[in-house]
Amino acid sequence: MTHPLHLRNGRVIDPKQNLDAITDLWLAEGRIAGIGPRPAQLRGDVKTLDCTGLIVAPGLIDMHVHLREPGREEDETIATGTAAAVAGGITSVACMPNTEPAIDTRAAAEFVIHQAERAGYCNVFPIGAVTKNREGKELAELGGLVEGGAVAFTDDGAPVYSAEIMRRALEYCKMFNKAILVHAEILELTQGGVMNEGFVSMQLGLRGMPAVAEDIMIYRDIVLAEMTGGKCHILHVSTAGGVELIRQGRQRAEALRTAGRPSFWISGEACPHHFILTDECLRSFDSNFKMSPPLRTEADRLAVLEGLKDDTLTVLATDHAPHAPEKKERELDQAPNGILGLETFLPLCISYLIEPGHLSWPRMLAKMTCNPADVLGIDRGTLLPGRPADVTVIDPKVKWTIDKNASQSKSRNTPFHGWDVTGRAVATIVGGEIKMSRLG
Amino acid sequence: MKHLLGLEGMPAATLTRLLDVAETYTGVGVGDQPKRDDLKGRVVVNLFYEPSTRTRMSFGLAARRLGADVLDFSPSGSSTAKGESFIDTAKNIEAMGIDIVVVRHSSPGAPHMLAKYLKPHVRVINAGDGAHEHPTQALLDIFTIRQRLGRIEGLTVGLIGDIMHSRVARSNIHGLTTLGAKVIVCGPTTLVPSEVERWGVEVAHRLDDVLPRCDVLNLLRVQFERQRSGLFPSIREYRLLFGVDSDRMRKTKPNVLILAPGPINRGVEISPEVADGPRSAILDQVTHGLAVRMAVLSELSRST
Repeated sequence: MTHPLHLRNGRVIDPKQNLDAITDLWLAEGRIAGIGPRPAQLRGDVKTLDCTGLIVAPGLIDMHVHLREPGREEDETIATGTAAAVAGGITSVACMPNTEPAIDTRAAAEFVIHQAERAGYCNVFPIGAVTKNREGKELAELGGLVEGGAVAFTDDGAPVYSAEIMRRALEYCKMFNKAILVHAEILELTQGGVMNEGFVSMQLGLRGMPAVAEDIMIYRDIVLAEMTGGKCHILHVSTAGGVELIRQGRQRAEALRTAGRPSFWISGEACPHHFILTDECLRSFDSNFKMSPPLRTEADRLAVLEGLKDDTLTVLATDHAPHAPEKKERELDQAPNGILGLETFLPLCISYLIEPGHLSWPRMLAKMTCNPADVLGIDRGTLLPGRPADVTVIDPKVKWTIDKNASQSKSRNTPFHGWDVTGRAVATIVGGEIKMSRLG
Repeated sequence: MKHLLGLEGMPAATLTRLLDVAETYTGVGVGDQPKRDDLKGRVVVNLFYEPSTRTRMSFGLAARRLGADVLDFSPSGSSTAKGESFIDTAKNIEAMGIDIVVVRHSSPGAPHMLAKYLKPHVRVINAGDGAHEHPTQALLDIFTIRQRLGRIEGLTVGLIGDIMHSRVARSNIHGLTTLGAKVIVCGPTTLVPSEVERWGVEVAHRLDDVLPRCDVLNLLRVQFERQRSGLFPSIREYRLLFGVDSDRMRKTKPNVLILAPGPINRGVEISPEVADGPRSAILDQVTHGLAVRMAVLSELSRST
């Protein structure tokens, strides 16, 4: 039985409640007990954490994580991935279904939840495959997946190639009010591609993936969402064109709502590497700069940043994609796509969004807490009394250096090794239990 | 110069020095001319992951004429066929005590990986990495131009054909523009990358307009698989639009120099009478390749 917790004198920020104040937060019986003075019903011993000078936020949610289990345990397991999550201040992850076998049945979704409970680090919300075995041919049993705990659907890693199946998936999921998460990529335009298509790919002689390969499918899926009234979230937006399409889509959805007419859901997410790095990084031929969608140009990077600033992109997520060194440390065109993200997520967002003044703390935290919770329809991401006691305590000013060898992940594929950053989580509380603490 | 990974960014003085040194190696070890012992006691390994005839033989012969021991590696029938990774293979060969690795690989950046992963005393020479660079080929092209025409600066060089997939084109563009030549790239719009102008080259798509302006025509090889992947409709049409034959030779400057990196497709990018004709320096290029590679091997082995 864990003690009730008293987080004393921190800057408590809960974007969901428009709360930003120096106050106290109380947790008891796995729930948020109250904010401010000690709640009257709270009895007995209380453990106090002094949060003076720290930020107390709803537990961070990373809705785009590849945990690799089952099937690719050499890269990551649910235990190691969730250990990395709590080390990074993340209390809930939504994990992608591109495992082996894919998360395309109720049993597979339940397996993920079971393994997460067994590991005991953080909450794991499985995302189900849209189609059986992610083959893009027939819808998976989406209703069964919902029963098994799936919170959204995607064939991420690959697009849902058939527009017909995408349309039906959006329609079918309206029954469950679940989102389809879109990996936007026109495959015949990216075939054999290693990096963004542009001046740098030309210079390096590397096969390029043009930005329009992403834009075309983003457009397709926005208009399908519009037509069906479905719920559609665009993953890892990397192009200026994609940001603009989502901006226009959101304006249309808003106009429909304002007019009192049936509307649709369109949201988009950004990953730190897409607003920090560009395709210039590939000049090193280091495969840690290879991911899909690829690092784009400076203009795209700035457009993603602008999308975050004007709330076109409401979600921050990592696309945490571990790959064992023997697979990743290879010739650039043979290395798999993807990089680690969980432990570098918060410090990179603080260093590249807060520090330069692009976003305020409440606005950035909204994109890591209540906004992803809304996409997934889960009761997390807020400090409202009665909600699960998931809390992240953040030191906003500490300077430190990212060290890949200190990572809890099984893999080491980060391009940010050796980077000096500002800010990090100093305590991760999940369901009222302290899962990670760097507090004195 | 520690490694030769590419010509991009190489200063004009370094390029000129390599060409000057190559002059001094012309004919070394040929016929009665003595070999040299610049690389005596050194081990050079040819690490070729892609098929090659002339580059591989040229490096092997150049190293032997300088007194080196030469190892030859090819992936078929080797540990690569058993699944050994590129870096593991290289580290194992390194452990045998080698000094210089000459590497050809289909992946751009493979030589850069070796330079990063191998011990610091090992020198790496890029003998072609994907569509990225092929520096010794460009050096021997430039060497041949300088021999025949006496200079590089102020000349107009046409690179004709598939620029997109050509490492020879990239290295030539870097070397030639650094030395003050004007470069015109001319090929089908699907095979000329859209931002290539940013390298200070002129882009053209009508060969007949380009021919009268060029002092040198370097005819890049057409790879037939490009046609199959839909980048141009047929070999016949390619020949019609970009093939150099005796009719087209009437439109060139009278003293135009014809180069081709080889292997050539006779009757496609170049007709037999042009390949074997008086303006062709194709076989000179091969001869000069030895001098250039001896110069590169010797310069790298002397560097600290």
